[in-house]
Amino acid sequence: MTSYMLRRLIGSVIVMWAVATLVFFMLRLVPGDPIAAMLADAGGPDEIAAMKAQLGLDRSVFVQYGIWFANMFQGDLGNSIYGSRVPVSQIITEAFPRTISLSLLAFFIAMVIAVPAGILSATRRNTMTDNTVSLFAFLGLSMPDFWLAILLIIIFAANLQWLPAIGYTPIDESLWQWFRHLILPAIAIGTAFSAIIARMIRSSLLEVLNSDYMRTARSKGLTPRMLMFGHALPNAMIPVITVIGIAFALLISGAVVVENVFAIKGLGRVLIEGILNRDYPVVQGAVLVVSAIFVFSNLIVDLLYGLIDPRIRLN
Amino acid sequence: MTDTALAPSEPLPARQRSRFRATLAHDRKAQLGLIILAVFLLAGIFAPLLAPFDPNEMTFDMMGGLSWTHPLGTDDLGRDLFSRILYGTRVSLFIGISTVAIALVAGITLGLVAGYFGGWVDMVIMRYIDLQWAFPNFIIAVYLVAVFGTGLLNVIVAISLAFVDDFARIARSMTLSLREEQYVDAARTLGFSNLRTLFVHILPNAVAPIIVQATVSVSYAILGEASLSFLGLGVDANTPTWGLILADGRGFITQAWWLGVFPGVAIMLVVLSINFIGDWLRDALDVRQSF
Repeated sequence: MTSYMLRRLIGSVIVMWAVATLVFFMLRLVPGDPIAAMLADAGGPDEIAAMKAQLGLDRSVFVQYGIWFANMFQGDLGNSIYGSRVPVSQIITEAFPRTISLSLLAFFIAMVIAVPAGILSATRRNTMTDNTVSLFAFLGLSMPDFWLAILLIIIFAANLQWLPAIGYTPIDESLWQWFRHLILPAIAIGTAFSAIIARMIRSSLLEVLNSDYMRTARSKGLTPRMLMFGHALPNAMIPVITVIGIAFALLISGAVVVENVFAIKGLGRVLIEGILNRDYPVVQGAVLVVSAIFVFSNLIVDLLYGLIDPRIRLN
Repeated sequence: MTDTALAPSEPLPARQRSRFRATLAHDRKAQLGLIILAVFLLAGIFAPLLAPFDPNEMTFDMMGGLSWTHPLGTDDLGRDLFSRILYGTRVSLFIGISTVAIALVAGITLGLVAGYFGGWVDMVIMRYIDLQWAFPNFIIAVYLVAVFGTGLLNVIVAISLAFVDDFARIARSMTLSLREEQYVDAARTLGFSNLRTLFVHILPNAVAPIIVQATVSVSYAILGEASLSFLGLGVDANTPTWGLILADGRGFITQAWWLGVFPGVAIMLVVLSINFIGDWLRDALDVRQSF
């Protein structure tokens, strides 16, 4: 188990290094001169040269790469070149908890809906309940998250005026306000995720319920509750956990889009604004942090999987 | 983003076709899906004939409600929403289909080559594919648009590249399992070239999971394009696309709800119809998919 964990950990570090390197070199391929963008086309050749020297852009690209890497390890991701020159690390530190709390709330809501829905439709296969769950799952998979966000705003913010349409309140300021601001975006993001998980639980559970050991368990005279929660569900959840890992990525990419609808300045909004403003240091920083979230959430799921299913550890 | 579980499958001769028909006859959802998709395809193709107005023509009837002249109302610049959505169909379906076609060709070639030759070729290709696999397709598309910029061609490149890993992985694992089959051995013994063995003997047998993956990918590509357009990273500000119409209308949804509703209904119907069709194909082709 230790060697498995170690291998996965090293693999993740290598992926992060590759991503950082790709990000560094790709943004240097960007058409258009970032210096010109920074000086808003107002500087002459002298200003441009001075700016390049100040930013170290007059040195070879490999020296720049080395410096950039060294700085990154000290938490220095450069400064925003758009508007006030705020350090990128500061922007990211403010945005990070917003995206994480949004994604976690979405995850929680989605699971609370998906698990009972999946169990219900597997145990009442081909009934009205099963068909209803299936219909909602199809709709959930087919609605773009940002459109669902707009619909929720039209209904609950604009018409009923129950909830705020935009903004964010930190959880340590007011738990209630935090919840009120995040519930609509969390539903918008979590719906597709919930649909995927519910479908997955259904099909995985159906397979387990038809297996030989379930027949044995039934013939031992176990109660239906014992059968479901003691035998069927734990086994059915193993493949579901892999899917949760893959689908967690959906939550984060959902957050990237939906944050923009609700004007929540999380990583997604920082990333998209950075791209629209050609604010390369910010884009670089946001890409790195968003990537790190994927790589490490994948790692956690893999390790969890190794713990739950002994077969994985052996190879 | 989907992972197709792989079992070597049957090729697609005539008896397979009758299976399509037999499963379709019982599948109401698939029938509905095919009808909806056909309607949108025709609407997209004949948009210039069907649209009552030029999609970019501004009138003084701003944010006008639903009426006989403007069945879906007008936007803040007095443009006819129905005509704009009709023209948006073209962009959506064109990008959805073209990106998946490009990703399919590129991904399958990479996967076949990696799986068939093995060794360092496989190593190099798969290390890259694994790297891409660690990220959601939509995020990759956003990163690529950040590097290359917006515009029709760049959006197509970005979305296609984002899907390459899905097809490469399927094609590779199919090739690995088929490489050991006797008929592939036979082809090699007969002295057929690698290229011929790959494309004539291996590829046709890997078709079923690829068809299913391609169908699902079209729906993700359409959602991806709509999201990019919505964020201002799409085709351009003058081409009406569903995502852009929603982005433009977002500020006015309290006064004109139709601007926030109808373009989304269009996206949902198309994606839903493709999901219905994908589900049917999965049954008909007997492909097991993890989700």
